[in-house]
Amino acid sequence: MSVALKPKTAATPRAAKRPLASSPGTFLIWGSMAVFLLLLLGVVSSVVVNSFAKEWFDTWLPSGYTPAWYADAWKEYDLSQVIGTTLTVSVAVVGISVLIGAPASYVLARRSFPGKSLLMLVFLLPIMMPPITYGIPLATLLTYYHLAPGLTGVILANLVPSIPFVILTMTPFIEQINPSIESAARMCGANMLRLFTRILAPLLVPGILAAAVLVLVRTVGMFELTFLTSDSTSDTLVVALFTAMTGAGIRAQQSVDAMAVVYMLMMMVLLVVALRFVNPTQLVSQVREETD
Amino acid sequence: MTVTGQRPARGKQDAANRPALSHRLAERGIDKLLLLLVPALLFALVLFVYPFVYGLGLSFQPKTGGLFGAYVKFFTDPSVRGMDSIWVTLQLALPAALLNVLVSVPLAYKMRGKFRGKRALTTVLVIPITLGTVLTAEGLLNFFGQRGWLNRFLGVLGFEPLQLVQNYWGVLWSLIISGFPFAFLLILSYLSGIDPSLEAAARTLGADWKQRFRRITLPLLAPGLAITFCLTFVLAFSVFPSAILVGDPSGSTRVIAYVAYNAWGQQFDYPLASAAAIIMGVVELIVIILVLIWRSRMYKGSTGGKG
Repeated sequence: MSVALKPKTAATPRAAKRPLASSPGTFLIWGSMAVFLLLLLGVVSSVVVNSFAKEWFDTWLPSGYTPAWYADAWKEYDLSQVIGTTLTVSVAVVGISVLIGAPASYVLARRSFPGKSLLMLVFLLPIMMPPITYGIPLATLLTYYHLAPGLTGVILANLVPSIPFVILTMTPFIEQINPSIESAARMCGANMLRLFTRILAPLLVPGILAAAVLVLVRTVGMFELTFLTSDSTSDTLVVALFTAMTGAGIRAQQSVDAMAVVYMLMMMVLLVVALRFVNPTQLVSQVREETD
Repeated sequence: MTVTGQRPARGKQDAANRPALSHRLAERGIDKLLLLLVPALLFALVLFVYPFVYGLGLSFQPKTGGLFGAYVKFFTDPSVRGMDSIWVTLQLALPAALLNVLVSVPLAYKMRGKFRGKRALTTVLVIPITLGTVLTAEGLLNFFGQRGWLNRFLGVLGFEPLQLVQNYWGVLWSLIISGFPFAFLLILSYLSGIDPSLEAAARTLGADWKQRFRRITLPLLAPGLAITFCLTFVLAFSVFPSAILVGDPSGSTRVIAYVAYNAWGQQFDYPLASAAAIIMGVVELIVIILVLIWRSRMYKGSTGGKG
């Protein structure tokens, strides 16, 4: 409880008694979290250490360190092309899904009409279904129309969960905008286009950014749909990593680890950017931070 | 238009006197604004509904065995082992989702409200999202492997080395690492959405923390718990790359996604692959519907936040 953490209230006898009463539980919670974080740290740092290792056999630490594996991975797996593909795919997916999703979320936030719940179900299902479930028929169909494997297929497949995701993320942001602002603009003679460009778009910038950054993180990390629709020239970084790890031939474990570290750093930058725009606790419900 | 100001009774007056069709539709919420929905709807129909229906049709057209041949093959063919794969997937996904939700609740309970370092701690807990399946898999293999740091440490303490990867436990670990951040973030936001004055009122009336949790927080949190469980369950149920990388895909971690992919990408048996995908979706939806039924029986009032 936050009460126990405030020095002001901690002086009252009631609050002073609380930490004692709940201390075993508190201890257990923070303790198990420390264990989880310690294991996580071990998992991550073993990859990072290995990516710099010269040789690492049956010892606590490798015999020497070298940055050569990064250059090695860059050349061997053609990372400049892979990262280029990843950027192309994610920028295209973010752009298209915001353009298509934002108007739809506006209507869903403002109107009720017959068949709305059915429509919501159609938009919810791609998020609630495992990607493999709809990915396999989709990939079969895209191959039939010669759109996959290839860049077009990867982008189309990734749009399937992204557009509903934009709609779900943006709807609460639109609900927050006071409709009387729009009515006032209409009274002054603004048409729909002007209403969107002059009134709604500026007010919606935080919502658009939140949706765009979250879709970006999802698309860069999406394995299944890309895996089903890509070929060797249109692999994104996740898929390239997977094929490097499972592929045949003798490959140095360290260069795969180096590539995994590059991926992690890229995702971390994205996530830090995302957390600047989106307060994670306000995703589901709009909470005022200052209330306690 | 009549100038009576009253709604004309239907059928009595001629059509010219009734309001225009667009007006009557607008009264029910249908107007030009709905055209904004068309692109999104078109995309959903072309890229989601049509492939799904196509896949469903494909699953009923196997080369041999008649209408339900692919489904019969999925459940009975010893080389497919479909029934086993459903059980394997459920045995991985249900404990992982349950654990992630149950651990998140007390942690989020401690972490709601404001305190110094909250943002930093949240960021640390969310970091696993950035790792990705492959780094998690590599890390698990390195750290939990036969010659990894953990078994080395256990050796120093005089224990036998444990087999923690290339089996069920490896995959469960990777599901926990990837699912926990999502579960925690969602639970934290649902918990922060509950008005703290409700608990304050209960405390004023003399309720201890157990009573407050059971009678106030838990019922208000139930919808959020159900949704979080569903989302983490979906994540865990679609486990595919980590089942191959840290598991034992030919044996103890032969998950249903692997069976479906195997039929699609290795054997090019599209009817069987579609059937496996449809079965996968149906099993998942059954679990989600059961959870939502539980949620609807739990509490019916307003949650304060959005549920």
